[in-house]
Amino acid sequence: MTDDDRVFKALADPTRRFLLDRLFERDGRTLTELESELEMTRFGVMKHLRVLEDAGLVVARRSGREKLHFLNPVPIRLIHDRWIDKYAERRVSALADLKTELEQSS
Amino acid sequence: MTNATQAPATTTQVYRVYIKATPEAIWDAITKPEWTERYGYAARVEYDLRPGGAYRAYPGEEMAKVEGVPDVVVDGEVLESDPPRRLVQTWRMLMDADMAAEGFTRLTHEIEPGDAGVTKLTLIHELENAPRLAAIVGGELEAGGAGGGWSWVLSGLKTLLETGSELDR
Repeated sequence: MTDDDRVFKALADPTRRFLLDRLFERDGRTLTELESELEMTRFGVMKHLRVLEDAGLVVARRSGREKLHFLNPVPIRLIHDRWIDKYAERRVSALADLKTELEQSS
Repeated sequence: MTNATQAPATTTQVYRVYIKATPEAIWDAITKPEWTERYGYAARVEYDLRPGGAYRAYPGEEMAKVEGVPDVVVDGEVLESDPPRRLVQTWRMLMDADMAAEGFTRLTHEIEPGDAGVTKLTLIHELENAPRLAAIVGGELEAGGAGGGWSWVLSGLKTLLETGSELDR
């Protein structure tokens, strides 16, 4: 699996997107905090966090006795910069071409 | 709202990127002006890489054209320098008086070699009492022309080191 595959796979799940949204709201949370917002076992939340960590979307760091989870936006940025920009640009230039063509034929 | 399980909100931001390059190449790309001018904000950095050494970032060609940009855009002090593995420094943005007034923040770069020539770069920015700076480096003001913050900078750094060319701006 490529890095991009892992990111798309991780994002293709509502619980994992929910976890990312919670971290976006307030970063650096413990497993206990994240678990308290979900109707799910601790083990289930850990499994989802592991998938997010493997995809690089979450980075866990120790802070004293606690393990804090941080949202890492870089993999999404990489997909944006490599893929989405490319197609958005093509769409804009296609529209520009269409405009030129319509104006010439009128 | 607070409850027993809620720790105080952290102001730290953490970014991680995997780059197919040596730790030495990544270290140079962070600390040498000939590299920093080619990605992100394209600033020209000056590092005195020893504890207590000065750090300054000067506006790149594009940024220098913008009216009101100061001669030095970021300053700070090197706290720890362990090439090519770990760089800790203070970091204060001087773009305007309000931002300068937020004072020094703490920035750490960790570089760890991994498998198959892929190196892990982790950037930790401790932004206590610096909400304006946090918004900028978090990329929240990109639509307003403030650049995409650290995730944009690291995306550009990865592209430059892996392909030898610069990300379109």
